[in-house]
Parts: sequence; C-alpha cells; structure tokens
Amino acid sequence: MAEAAIALRPPLIEGDKSIAQVTHDVCAPMEARPTALWWVALLISFSFLLLGAAAIAYQISVGVGTWGLNRTVGWAFDITNFVFWIGIGHAGTLISAILFLFRQRWRTSVNRAAEAMTIFAVMCAGIFPVIHTGRPWFAYWMFPYPNTRGSLWVNFRSPLVWDFFAISTYFTVSAMFWFIGMLPDLATIRDRATAKWRRRLAGLFSLGWNGSYRAWQRYEVVYLMLAGLGTPLVISVHTIVSWDFATAVLPGWHATIFPPYFVAGAIFSGMAMVLTLMIIARKLMRLEDYITLRHIDRMCKLVITTSGIVGLAYGTEFFTALYSGSSYEQFVFLNRALGPLFWGYWTMVGCNVFVPQLLWFRRVRAYVPAVFAICILVNVGMWFERFIIIVTSLSRDFIPANWFHYAPTRVEVATLLGSFGLFFTLFLLFCRFIPVIAVAEVKGVLKYGKPRLESAHE
Amino acid sequence: MKPTPLYGMMAEFDTPTDLVAAAERAHHAGYQKIDAYSPFPIEGLAEAIGFQKNRVPLVTLIGGIVGGLTGYLMQYWISASSYPVNVGGKPYHSWPAFIPVTFELTILFAGISAVLGMLALNGLPMPYHPVFNVPRFAFASKDRFFLIVFSSDPQYNSKATRDFLERLNPRSISEVPS
Repeated sequence: MAEAAIALRPPLIEGDKSIAQVTHDVCAPMEARPTALWWVALLISFSFLLLGAAAIAYQISVGVGTWGLNRTVGWAFDITNFVFWIGIGHAGTLISAILFLFRQRWRTSVNRAAEAMTIFAVMCAGIFPVIHTGRPWFAYWMFPYPNTRGSLWVNFRSPLVWDFFAISTYFTVSAMFWFIGMLPDLATIRDRATAKWRRRLAGLFSLGWNGSYRAWQRYEVVYLMLAGLGTPLVISVHTIVSWDFATAVLPGWHATIFPPYFVAGAIFSGMAMVLTLMIIARKLMRLEDYITLRHIDRMCKLVITTSGIVGLAYGTEFFTALYSGSSYEQFVFLNRALGPLFWGYWTMVGCNVFVPQLLWFRRVRAYVPAVFAICILVNVGMWFERFIIIVTSLSRDFIPANWFHYAPTRVEVATLLGSFGLFFTLFLLFCRFIPVIAVAEVKGVLKYGKPRLESAHE
Repeated sequence: MKPTPLYGMMAEFDTPTDLVAAAERAHHAGYQKIDAYSPFPIEGLAEAIGFQKNRVPLVTLIGGIVGGLTGYLMQYWISASSYPVNVGGKPYHSWPAFIPVTFELTILFAGISAVLGMLALNGLPMPYHPVFNVPRFAFASKDRFFLIVFSSDPQYNSKATRDFLERLNPRSISEVPS
C-alpha cells in the first residue's frame, strides 16, 4: 500500500479536503470580519493611493513641467512605470492562459489571484500615458472616431496608436476572462449567503448560473477559446510595447531583439510579483493548503528560466553593439555600464541575473522568506531595467552638445508610490470580496494524485 | 385551488460518479428532456446524456473574422481614403503598419463574441429558474450533484418517474414546482 502511494503524483491540494471543505475554506474568511492585519495593510496602501491622487491632481493642474523632463529626455519616469506595470500584468495571463493550454493543473490555485493582478496592473499602467498627454481630458482623442476637425484621424503607422489598441484589448479580454472564470464561484457565494444583501449582490453578478451540464460544457469551451486568444494576445501586447522603442532610430533602442527580450522580461517581473502577492495572500487568508510550497517551487522555476532569458538578452545587446561596428551603438552600452547611471545598470544586472541564481537551490525555493526577498529584488531590478533602457539612450544620444541628465522630481516619485498604493488597495479589496481561489476549478483537481477509491457504483 | 404545475422531478447524489451513472441510465431508459447540475464540470457527463452540439467555437470564429476585417478596412479607409496624410514618405496604404491593430481587433472581437455567445447560448443572465425553488438545490454549487427529469418529457409520469429515480439510489428526491 505504501509503495503504491509513492508511485502516484503528490496531490495538488494538501490536507485531504472534501469538496464542501474547499467551499468553506475559501468563502469563510470573506464572510468573517476582516483581521487587524488586513486593516493595517489596507490603511497603508490607501495612504499611498491618496498620496498618488494628490500628486496627480497637482501635476494635472500645474502641468507636466512638474516632472524632471527636459528637451533631451522627453520620456522617462512615466514610460518606465508604464512598461513596468504592463509587464507585471503579463504573468497573470501566462498563468491563466498559457499554463491552461499546457494543462498545468497546479495553476488552479493561483489563477484567480494572478488574473486579478493582471487587471489591477493594467489599470496602474494606464494612468501614466494618460497623464503624460498633458491634457488627460482629451485622452479619448486616441480613439479613431469621426470628429469635426476634418475628420482628423489617428496615425495608424505609429506604435503609440498600436499600443492604445493593444492595451485596451488586453484589458478587455483579461477582464472578461476573469469574470467568466468567476461565474460559478459567484453562484457558490450566492447559494451559501445568509445576509440578504450578499445574496442579492452575488446573485446579480452570477447572472443566474445554475451549473447545468450544458452550461458547463459551453463554459469550458469558452474558457479554452479565451485561453487560446489570450496567449497570442499577451505576446503581442509586450511586443508592441517594445516597438514603442524599437521603431525609433536611437542607439540602444533600435534592435530586433526587443520583442522577445521585453516579453521574457515582462513574464519574469510578473512571476516575481505573483509570488510576492501569493506569499502575502496565503498568509492573510490562511490558504497554505491550497497555495503550497510546491506551487511556490514551480513559480520559482519559471522565475529562474525567464531570468536566464533576460540575462542572455543583456549579453546579446553588448555583443550586437560590438559586432555592429557602429560607434554610437557601442558608446550607448559602455555608457550604460560605466556612465553616470552605472549604479542603476548594475542594480539591474545584480537583481535580475545574479540574485535569482539562488533559486537553483531547492532549499532556497522551499524557504518562503528567501523567495519573498528575491522576488522583491527582481521587481526592483526590472524597474531599473526599463529606467536604464529609456534614460541612458535618451540622455546621451548622437550629439554631445545635446546631452543632458535626467532626475525624477518628488511629484514623479509620489505618482509611482501612488500607483503601488492603488495596486495593493485593489488587491486587498479583492481578497476580501471575491474568492481568491477558483473554487470550482480546485474541486475538479482534488482527486489529483489520489487512488481512485470510490468506484462503488460498479 | 389549482395545484402548481410541476417543472420536473429532481434526484440528489453525493458523488460525480453517481451522477454520471444515473444520467446514463436515465438516457438509456429513454428520457430525453433531462438535465444534470454539478458544482464543477464533470468529464463524461455530456456524453452520458448525449449532448454534443456546441456552437461557441463557431461564434468565436465569426467574431474574429469580422474583427479582423473591421480593423483592416477601417485603417485602409482612414489612412488611404478619408484623410490621407504623408507620414515619412510611406505609402498611404502601408499595409505592414496596419497589421498590429488588425490583429488586436481580431482578438478583441473574437473574445467578446466568445463570451457573449456563451452567455446567450446558456440563456444568461437568467433572473429566475424553477430549479432554485428546491431548497436543497443550494448545495448544487457546493458538493451535491442533481439530476432532473422535466415534466415536458414524453415519458414523464409522476409515479413512474419517481420509481425510476428511486432505483438510482439517490440521497433525496424532490418535486420541482415551476
């Protein structure tokens, strides 16, 4: 008997749960009063959100002149933050769509939270280009609509317009994917609610889901369709983001390596952020049996894989510069490693290439505080990557007379902190009001790795 | 007083295997208008009952094609016909530059059609459904599995159908008022 058990795969969910227990474990914390820890976390996040709101109100009323931009460096902090947040979102789609297509069933414990992270990250990302337009109340001009100015249309040959279409499609499809995945769980909340308002509200959003087998069959197909659409979509989104740079002729930007380099970097930073959030959520909501050490282990392996791709891209950039024979290209890369922002460059290399190497050790992957610290460092490193790519290429371009340094102002830093405040506020609210774990999906994998004992009807 | 017409007869089971077995037997016994409810999708249930048709993929495909055509033709009309602007000497109909937006709109339209198609085919949102009149049906989203024979089934007979369901060894049987 013991030998037979060893031959089986270890179960995905620990603690030998029954189906009813899954419902209880996920829904009960939402119905109980929030813990003191949750309130403290929410208050801290919300204060950062308010700081960001104040900073945004200030820069919109005074103008983009409150930023540290100058004639040489016209893009810096805002685009860095935009690319950073969009990248964070991509790991959510990787988990919900790509791992679904690869039939990685362990994803069921983390996909709901990862998708939530995607949506919140895209919201944070959207703030920055909108403010950078200078007149955010005209943001709708990016949309091609018939108007009284000609009609004067958007320029479809511009990557910035492609970006607008990519990001809005990405947000819409991610939100639909998230909502459709949530329908059965909203029905569960509706059916077990004792408070009338909760039953009404969950009933409204569950759209009257009753779990009929016809409904389930169509549901599974639509899930597969959305996963199939989401996979090329997520790759296209960061490819298009990288074209914002690659279609320009600046040395350090004008490179064919950019799309794969950016997509790998996005998944790398996003995985680190998913791990950060999962480690917080499993503690806050007591979900250690669902988000197990094996989940953390697997996500760590994705982190180290993408870290390798990113490291290879850093090396390839230097080789391309050397081999191109272009003195401008060579100068840009020497300037990145040894110029005035050398500390940023080495922070990026240290955090993205060297630190994740620790994850090769099984003991490090099994020690949650270490994983948490590594993931935070990876996010710091990935933020610096975008900053270095954007600022070093712009601040020292072709003519030395044009060279100018860039440093962010307090308003810009406050806006970045505010976007973190928004992100964590939304995530904490999500933990309270929406099942953090896809209940119906987890019920489907409960038997995974267990002997089939109940064939009683035969 | 006229008694409320019945919507059907419902049997409750403890495990997904029991439900699949029961559905299979009901299908073999000749019941055509039956339905099964479960808290999570069960492999083999649709086959046991004999439901194969699924038009969601077709709807998605049509949505994608419409989206792609809309995207490309919109860009062509805007850039080459409505207000042609010379951008860096590129041709007005610079098709390689139109591919990204065409692609995004293909995905967007396909995704929206898939979701709306699924909701429409499932009849959602559905504010009222008779199965919810059975108090025990609240467990259908938790850990119980239900089989219903609709009263509209040609073979339906309150006595015979109840006897048939009894023989499937369910946990409980309830009449569903409509």
